Amino acid sequence: MDWSKTLLHEHELSHEQGSGTRVISHGAAVREALELALSRDNRVFVMGQGVDDPLGMFGITADLHKKYGSDRVFDTPLSEAALTGVSIGAALAGMRPVYMHNRPDFLYCAMDQIVNHASKWCYMFGGHAPVPMVMWAAIGRGWGGAAQHTQAPHGMFMHVPGLRLVMPSSPSDAKGLLIASISDGNPVLIIEHRWLFKQTGPVPEGLYAVPLGKGIIRRSGKDVTVVAISQMVPEALRAAEQLQTSGIEIEVIDPRTLRPLDEDLILESVGRTGRLVVADVGWKTAGAGAEIAAMVAEKGFELLKAPVGRIGSADVPTPAGYTLEAGFYPSKDDVVRHCQKLMGG
Amino acid sequence: MTRPISFDKCAAGIPPSTLRSLYQTMLRIRRVEVRIGERYKEDEMHTPIHLCIGQEAISAGVCAHLRRDDYLFSNHRGHGHYLAKGGGLKEMIAELYNRETGCSRGRGGSMHLIDTSVSIPGTSSIVAGSVPIGTGAALAAVMQKTDKVSVVFLGDAATEEGVVQESIAFAMLKKLPVIYVCENNSYAVCSPLSNRQATNDIYRRFEGLSVSGHLVDGNNVTEVYCVAKEAIEKARSGGGPSFMECRTYRMTDHHGGTSGVEVGYRTQAEVDEWAGKCPVSNFERFLVERSILSAGDIAEYKSVIDREVAEAFEFARSSPLPDANDVGKYLYA
Repeated sequence: MDWSKTLLHEHELSHEQGSGTRVISHGAAVREALELALSRDNRVFVMGQGVDDPLGMFGITADLHKKYGSDRVFDTPLSEAALTGVSIGAALAGMRPVYMHNRPDFLYCAMDQIVNHASKWCYMFGGHAPVPMVMWAAIGRGWGGAAQHTQAPHGMFMHVPGLRLVMPSSPSDAKGLLIASISDGNPVLIIEHRWLFKQTGPVPEGLYAVPLGKGIIRRSGKDVTVVAISQMVPEALRAAEQLQTSGIEIEVIDPRTLRPLDEDLILESVGRTGRLVVADVGWKTAGAGAEIAAMVAEKGFELLKAPVGRIGSADVPTPAGYTLEAGFYPSKDDVVRHCQKLMGG
Repeated sequence: MTRPISFDKCAAGIPPSTLRSLYQTMLRIRRVEVRIGERYKEDEMHTPIHLCIGQEAISAGVCAHLRRDDYLFSNHRGHGHYLAKGGGLKEMIAELYNRETGCSRGRGGSMHLIDTSVSIPGTSSIVAGSVPIGTGAALAAVMQKTDKVSVVFLGDAATEEGVVQESIAFAMLKKLPVIYVCENNSYAVCSPLSNRQATNDIYRRFEGLSVSGHLVDGNNVTEVYCVAKEAIEKARSGGGPSFMECRTYRMTDHHGGTSGVEVGYRTQAEVDEWAGKCPVSNFERFLVERSILSAGDIAEYKSVIDREVAEAFEFARSSPLPDANDVGKYLYA
């Protein structure tokens, strides 16, 4: 499989439907990416807790082992540290592992192998041994999941040089970004969001990659740039609809990759609007949103007409109770409020 | 006259040429390590060094059975493993001198050696860090339908890290061709084994996982050779993983070239006792007494090795240093 021949699309697809492309679910799109990789490249294998069980990792991997063999799609013991190291070793020996986790909370069990090993291996050895591996996880939310089953740890991982970090928000991007991640040749962490699995969207058939490091404008607007991450992308788009009725036009940017970040796209947008709000799903303090805000304040200071606004979850562990969740999670209302304030409302 | 180490039993089945080769491998490691320790005082190698003086028999005895395409993973005390596998000496010394010509282009230092031409994909300085990685290389070997094996060197303290239990359990589950070679020198920096483990039978630590555990005199190169042969052949023929506990002693401190006695965590008497069990000098005497090696052979080996070592240091010291402006290179493929 010559990954360099993968067709690259700069998708202008929005969340609107009816563009002529068939519509499938987010999970089905991720599954397509895995099937394309498994069928074209013998080096690719998929492992993770329950990937071959009837639930099949949100339906994504269900029965893949029957088609591609249980030596290429297999269940793993609850040994996240060891299996992450196994991914590294297999990658060094020429394979392309995809290690899927039910939740990113379990990535913490593998921090040493992710941060001390995978991210550093290529650099520590002067480029002689790159590590082509993908780790995939889906953020949980709701129904009393509580503190340890709902974390959005991308802020911590964005801090680590040598690790690519991808957060898709649409089905078409979920497919294209997974293809790009498998072919990238470096350690890539993909953090999805379970609430996004509810959505359907237009997804091109066949093989295509969404390039890493390239964001996309989901909705154009002249008044405020809203950089939204993961599940805050649909929230920001809902906010855009509401703000439009009061005459405020926001531009919603989906960075898609957090590291490397598409700084040019964001700065170019702020250059037109002069205002920035970052809407993140993770904790506000020292999160991914903080980095984006700092980057714009540093490189686009003269473009700004107003202070940068940051939206994130409350800086506490996630509470279980649903009345408390309301005080924890950001939503379109926060985006609306921030943008109205920036526009003098 | 009783000798501290008895080689007869295991040496019986080993051809003389192999016995000489084992000696040469150990001698080369020894003379390289001693020279590094000596020149370290010049403060030109800006990297922590963890010498394996006293532990050479384990590298030599295990690596004698490895093919070029078999994987070897190692740790911070990795010079001996690297050399025994065939890693480039010039590139290793250049790496200690932080040069662009070092095996890791000056980005890794002593604790991060690599030589992919002999299937050493790297080393980790996080204790037990490379254990699951070496296990993964074995998984790849099986997936690719080869008969390659993966050898992972770890220390006694590494067995205390949970990831080792996880790795061995996974290797048993998938019947992977991996051999875990534990060099038990009974110290973790200054901490003795008795502070850290309830029992001192590391080879039995993973019995519950049903992995074959072997206790080996790590200073007896012929015993290491024989046990490693069995373990490697077992792995190569699909028999799954093995665990070897090789008891040994590092003659130098955790890092640097002194004995560690001045630090205060071990006694001169203990160091002297182990010096009497030196794997190199004891084996040399055995080979000479059996007329497998002559004084002339020894002198010739030393001469060849010392010239090679001198050339390696010369190469390193005359190599360019990396440019500060290139600090951002090699982060990604």
